Amino acid sequence: MSILDSKIPEGPLADKWTKHKNDINLVNPANKRLIDVIIVGTGLAGGSAAATLAELGYNVKAFCFQDSPRRAHSIAAQGGINAAKNYQGDGDSTYRLFYDTVKGGDYRSREANVYRLAEVSTNIIDQCVAQGVPFAREYGGLLDNRSFGGVLVSRTFYAKGQTGQQLLLGAYAAMNRQIGRGKIKMYTRHEMLDVVIVDGKARGIIARNLVTGEIERHSAHAVVLGTGGYGNAFYLSTYAMGSNVTAAWKAHKRGAFFANPCYTQIHPTCIPVSGDHQSKLTLMSESLRNDGRIWVPKHKKDVEAIRNGSLKPTDLAEEDRDYYLERRYPAFGNLVPRDVASRAAKERCDAGYGVNQTGEAVYLDFASAIERYGKEQAYIKGLDVDDKKVVTDLGKKVVENKYGNLFQMYEKIVDQNPYETPMMIYPAVHYTMGGLWVDYNLMTTVPGLYAIGEANFSDHGANRLGASALMQGLADGYFVLPYTIGDYLSHDIRTGPISTETAEFEEAEKNVRDNINKLINNQGTKSVDHFHKRLGKIMWNKCGMARNEKELKEAIDEIAALREEFYKDVFVPGTENEYNEELAKAGRVADFLELGELFAKDALERNESAGGHFREEYQTEGGEALRVKEYQYVSAWEYKGQPSEAVHHKEPLEYNNIEVKERSYK
Amino acid sequence: MMNLTLKIWRQKDANDKGQIVDYPISNISPDMSFLEMLDVLNQELIEKGEQPVAFDHDCREGICGTCSLYINGRAHGPQTKITACQLHMRSFKDGDTIYIEPWRAKAFPVIKDLIVDRTAFDRIQQAGGFISVNTSGNTQDANAIPIEKENADKAFDAATCIGCGACVATCKNSSAMLFVSAKVSQFALLPQGQVEATDRVLNMVKQMDEEGFGNCTNTGACEVECPKGISLENIARMNREHIKATLV
Repeated sequence: MSILDSKIPEGPLADKWTKHKNDINLVNPANKRLIDVIIVGTGLAGGSAAATLAELGYNVKAFCFQDSPRRAHSIAAQGGINAAKNYQGDGDSTYRLFYDTVKGGDYRSREANVYRLAEVSTNIIDQCVAQGVPFAREYGGLLDNRSFGGVLVSRTFYAKGQTGQQLLLGAYAAMNRQIGRGKIKMYTRHEMLDVVIVDGKARGIIARNLVTGEIERHSAHAVVLGTGGYGNAFYLSTYAMGSNVTAAWKAHKRGAFFANPCYTQIHPTCIPVSGDHQSKLTLMSESLRNDGRIWVPKHKKDVEAIRNGSLKPTDLAEEDRDYYLERRYPAFGNLVPRDVASRAAKERCDAGYGVNQTGEAVYLDFASAIERYGKEQAYIKGLDVDDKKVVTDLGKKVVENKYGNLFQMYEKIVDQNPYETPMMIYPAVHYTMGGLWVDYNLMTTVPGLYAIGEANFSDHGANRLGASALMQGLADGYFVLPYTIGDYLSHDIRTGPISTETAEFEEAEKNVRDNINKLINNQGTKSVDHFHKRLGKIMWNKCGMARNEKELKEAIDEIAALREEFYKDVFVPGTENEYNEELAKAGRVADFLELGELFAKDALERNESAGGHFREEYQTEGGEALRVKEYQYVSAWEYKGQPSEAVHHKEPLEYNNIEVKERSYK
Repeated sequence: MMNLTLKIWRQKDANDKGQIVDYPISNISPDMSFLEMLDVLNQELIEKGEQPVAFDHDCREGICGTCSLYINGRAHGPQTKITACQLHMRSFKDGDTIYIEPWRAKAFPVIKDLIVDRTAFDRIQQAGGFISVNTSGNTQDANAIPIEKENADKAFDAATCIGCGACVATCKNSSAMLFVSAKVSQFALLPQGQVEATDRVLNMVKQMDEEGFGNCTNTGACEVECPKGISLENIARMNREHIKATLV
């Protein structure tokens, strides 16, 4: 019997959330004023939760390491946000969004959570429009939609290639309203370095002021982590430079189980690595696959010619190109889910068909879209549809309207014009489906400690579909947590303020100070980045797009050894009492060095392939991921001192409303 | 590969006077981003046991608005419509001397080296940069009010401001008019923003003045240096909104 109680409400799937909301306790408005809530992270999940809880009347303290809550990395999400509005009348429904998400997650997510997500998705769009989020519209003035990978409908709402920015600024504005009213106290340039547990409940955090170096105690009746994912364990990723696992990892060390750490999303369309100096990778939105076609040359001789510059990709004849996604997956074509598209790109490049110097790039080509749109516009304007120049110019305008900022971004980085020559892309680490284990109420295994958005594990299973991260972040923050946390806090109306002058806060603060002193006083010889890069190489080579038993075992040993070396030989300049980015980075990398080992351990334990977790030993004859029925569970790891000693718990997954079958996109 | 001389503003903290310090740097690839070049410098400084240069950065893809470098006398460097993190070294040539300074404005005090405090921007937004709807989700259906595409697109264009502060840094008066007007315009162009239009523009402009930003004298440098191409039209629109609001 599992010790994990997911607290999924009884009753039919479609009624669970409504019934649950009716059953749980509420806190009356006067009592909400007596209750404090700490929210760490101000992205879509944390920001929307902070705004909503403050709106409801709770006293919110919000923390972010950035200089403003508006800069959390949700801002970089490009393509869009899903919602089962069915405005296009193309057969969408709550059930279909639920179905697509569970299937997209390779049957490794919780039915009840995903259904709730699909259910509240439509509220998000209503809410955001009311807040003044300028979504893309059609000429009739109504909202426009586009399609994303892994689905057969158009349910993605968007604001050009800046949807995350617009949604985050919406949540930021909602926060600002509450900051102005004094209901949110905002702590910017602050990093959470420990969570404080009193009598078994999360009652506060220890934070470091990144400008002054001061260590601060903050208490509350509940603590919410909306601190994002841990993809920066790979060093190179599409995450922001500051994105880290520290808050979640400290929570893990204080008793919160960490679920499915090995489920990582490697996004198929990113700008390829150009050299050793590289500090981050840049995503090219999945929305581009609506109009871009992915290909490599059919013949090795053409690959050679392209690599040595004697052949331009635009000069290669149609019949000499291999549109491998359209070939392998005729039903979904270029819009297969991300894990499938990434593995297919790796397969072609491993086979020697990569089109750049490093051999790790494929083409994403807009030529046919430009022609198609151009002809359409020429018809509308009554111009000559056979005039190639007219058609191309018109087509480029349409493409520019849709993806202009992405094309500009590409050109600035690569120095090539994607309107004239196909983009070169390659997969990169982008998102982590794993995270802190939470129950249906989004509470971790520590009472009063919640995890929302990417920081939790709950909704995406082993693979997240495009445009679902924004949906989940806002669903958790605006519409789920505000209800469920009330149920917990209803028991705290007589508790009164939580004192920070207790042994528990003392101990946590000492723990933080000891860690900092250890790093700053370590007279090593190598920089933090040196270790981070080496960790990244191990992760990418042995825990990346394809994994196997032998290499995972090697990774576990190598990461443990690297961690030991880090503590012996890392050098952190400066002092702890000042702005010191190297010190902040050192703390984050120290945590990545622990998480990385657990990640590999989790991947080794899961003897199957599912979604983003691809084990070479478990594949079909056609090279597709092979799920294994016995692994139909969530892995939740309990901290016991070292990652190697982490205890494995299982939450079995049941599917009563959806048939578990082979996940086919053919 | 390029060899360069960097002249970088170093300032220990807000109270320090600060000064330009020279750093030679070699073997810089044209494919590096500008910030990656600074990473290389910082690694060298750390190896020598010296303090690395503190600069703000996060997403490194031109959207979070964190990076804020004044490069050779221009906000975000020599290219237009990009942030410093999107600038690549191919914009420079071997032997160049590059001056790197923080944003300079009274309302943006230096925290350390190239990092400034831009919380004044947050306070302006807190004064009125929002629509007062609750976050229950129980609003009307998103398609209940059609919005003319042209207005929706213009509202979007204004809303793409990343709050980096280049407009202030580049303005001879250190005016924040482009930043403030972008938010005022976004809401002025949408039906949802009409209800609170009067208070919004009055409160945001008042806060802007209290923060110590200068006045606008229509020079237009802000528009030229804005990495997102926010248009001066927004300032004109805000002025109209402000006049309308004061006449009521």
